[in-house]
Amino acid sequence: MIKLPRTLIFGGILFFTFLIGALISFLWTPSDVEILNITSRFKLPSTVNWFGTDHFGRDIFSMIMVGARTSIAVAVVAVGIGILVGLPLGLWAASHHGHWVDDLIMRGNDLVFAFPSLIIAILITAVFGPSAFNAIIAIGIFNVPVFARISRGGALSIWTLDYILSARVAGKRTFRISVEHILPNIANLLIVQGTIQFSLGILAEAALSYVGLGVQPPTPSWGRMLADSQTMISFAPHLALFPGFAIILTVLGLNLMGDGLRDILDPRIRRARG
Amino acid sequence: MSLLDIKNLNVSIHNTKILENISFSVNEGEIFGIVGESGSGKSMTALGLMGLLPDGAKITGSAILSEKDLLKISEEEMCTLRGNAIGMIFQEPMTALNPVQTIGNQVAETLIIHGRAKRTKALKIAREKLNRVGLTEEQFPLDKYPHELSGGQRQRVAIALAIAMRPKILIADEPTTALDVTTQSQILRLLKSLVEEEKMALILITHDLAVVSGLADNVAVMQTGKIVEAGTTNDVFSQMKHAYTRQLFSASNHIPVRNPKLEETPLLEIKNVVRNYKLPRESIFARPKFFHAVRDISFILRKGENLGLVGESGCGKSTLTRAILGLEELQGGEIILEGDIVKAGKKLNSKIRRKMQVVFQDPFSSFNPRHKIGRLISEPFYLMEDRPTGAKLKNEINDALTNVGLKVEDADKYIHEFSGGQRQRVAIARALIIKPSLIVLDEAVSALDVSIRAQVLDLLAELSSKFNLSYLFISHDLSVVRNITDRVLVMKSGKIVESGDTQKVFDNPQHEYTKELIAATPQLPKHLSRKV
Repeated sequence: MIKLPRTLIFGGILFFTFLIGALISFLWTPSDVEILNITSRFKLPSTVNWFGTDHFGRDIFSMIMVGARTSIAVAVVAVGIGILVGLPLGLWAASHHGHWVDDLIMRGNDLVFAFPSLIIAILITAVFGPSAFNAIIAIGIFNVPVFARISRGGALSIWTLDYILSARVAGKRTFRISVEHILPNIANLLIVQGTIQFSLGILAEAALSYVGLGVQPPTPSWGRMLADSQTMISFAPHLALFPGFAIILTVLGLNLMGDGLRDILDPRIRRARG
Repeated sequence: MSLLDIKNLNVSIHNTKILENISFSVNEGEIFGIVGESGSGKSMTALGLMGLLPDGAKITGSAILSEKDLLKISEEEMCTLRGNAIGMIFQEPMTALNPVQTIGNQVAETLIIHGRAKRTKALKIAREKLNRVGLTEEQFPLDKYPHELSGGQRQRVAIALAIAMRPKILIADEPTTALDVTTQSQILRLLKSLVEEEKMALILITHDLAVVSGLADNVAVMQTGKIVEAGTTNDVFSQMKHAYTRQLFSASNHIPVRNPKLEETPLLEIKNVVRNYKLPRESIFARPKFFHAVRDISFILRKGENLGLVGESGCGKSTLTRAILGLEELQGGEIILEGDIVKAGKKLNSKIRRKMQVVFQDPFSSFNPRHKIGRLISEPFYLMEDRPTGAKLKNEINDALTNVGLKVEDADKYIHEFSGGQRQRVAIARALIIKPSLIVLDEAVSALDVSIRAQVLDLLAELSSKFNLSYLFISHDLSVVRNITDRVLVMKSGKIVESGDTQKVFDNPQHEYTKELIAATPQLPKHLSRKV
């Protein structure tokens, strides 16, 4: 039995709290987030409204739950795009190391990397219209080079090993070798990078929604809640505090999880632990 | 009173005993050899003396160096002693130096840290030390970087670093294991002359009995953390009181029993093979230059024959191996295996591939750590059109495992559960499973301990007669090639300089290079080896 690192346990608890909240929100929330109730607006946290209510009288706790759903969904799909496109590109580049295919893929990556990601994401959503779908695409595009690079780097070091040579002696083609021998051995890298990109995706979604280019109202989103509460922060700070903390804690949880996963998945460290 | 006196040295790591009652002493100007196989604790002894044991290690006993007990002093005091009174050289010259610092700075740094000299003077001393280890100013100015040097030259820099402070004791942990034989003999000669001139003591740690027998005054044989036999080199090797010493000795000179069934039909024909690599352009207008890895090589390997190919690193033997396996494109000539032409690239017929398999040197990188043994060794079945499945596959795997002396249950284990020698057996099982006619053994026993090596050689000899296999035995180790091959080819910078029957070539080498190689190979003293 491997002793789990504390960072992984703590980060996992933080993240899974939000994940479970998001999942429950599909079935039940303390109150409906799309019904406005102006008479009970700006309520402070109480036993009825755990996190208080906002300027339209909506229950903030319910909004955080539904917002978690938005954030996590956007980030999951964006990371998914990054892996689905970036990983094959990286593996392809590594299997053609020194060939023009490798150069083409990696220079293409550099090109995407050269743009400031958030600004371009804003551009994309501004041109194609603000929506959750466009936000996902915009964030996803910038995940592609990250995964392409990391999988190429990991794959290159494995391509030099003797078991790849003996697979080639067994007549296997590069594609088969990449899937059978390379991929399982770089899975660790991808998992760790995945959690980090996940947290960046949540931040990016919050940022886009904050400037009004992400998920559109009435669907709640943490970034949008922050933006709405901005003008009321002097007399109703709880409107900004709760979504703020939600973002911080999810991102912190994911980063800690990434650290912890790196520790248990790195074979060198695992060996040192016995 | 000797220079270093070690008494009852005990080391345990997390309550596992690593060293038990190690006692020996070393005098000024003496070369003390510690011999043993991997896991015998010889490196731990050195690390213990240097205070560099890993976390969780407990050390007891005493090690007196000029009236100071190395095991009792503080880490701070130890720091001033390391490099100052005790110098150390490691096995791997490629990683022993800092790649982003010049060699001059690295040698000078030790002197500056220990307050022996200021920068300008330190650089001057560094120059002297580099000259001393044979790196002249014209060829090796102080501002060279490690990547501009060969392995042997790097090891010389490492030695210059270790002797910069004129230590009383130099500990060399397998200093020549990673080097070619000719470089090895130069480095060993250098170490010997340093001991004589600088009045240092040298503790030479090695697995190679021949190296120790030619160099050390006194020797200790270690096995599983204990010294089993010690004394003057002559006494130890002529009397061999302990069974383990005898076992080591016979294993290092092991000649497997073979009954080759040579046929006249050629199995593999290499005709005028040429392999060039395009080097990167030096300028846009210049044509790219070529590196000639293999220049016009021809030879024939007959059915049932064991052919040796010897040469030092960089001579092109690995390139040739890959070309034979159809993994390198050729610029000229052809390779014919049982009448079929071997062509590199994706189109190589699996019918041809099926006839040859390979065993690599490094038992640790030869296997995908995420697959089980059964899957690993059945990989070559990919070449068959009617791949066995189910019970039939299981039988084939079991056969292959039993043939190489492993157990049937091993099929469900992962590779990390096996030792180096066992892994090499797995590699042989993988090569054997599709019953090829030719197995290329690329330094297949070089990474193994002598006693394990002897077992693997026996296994190879046995399999060769059982399945009428031909081997192409590629190695830098002449003594191994001598004992297992019928014919031998000597390769130097892409060409074959000599070939012939193994015994004839070794007894009466014709080419200068072959003579040089044979002379450089450390050998156990003749009068001793007869007694075994």
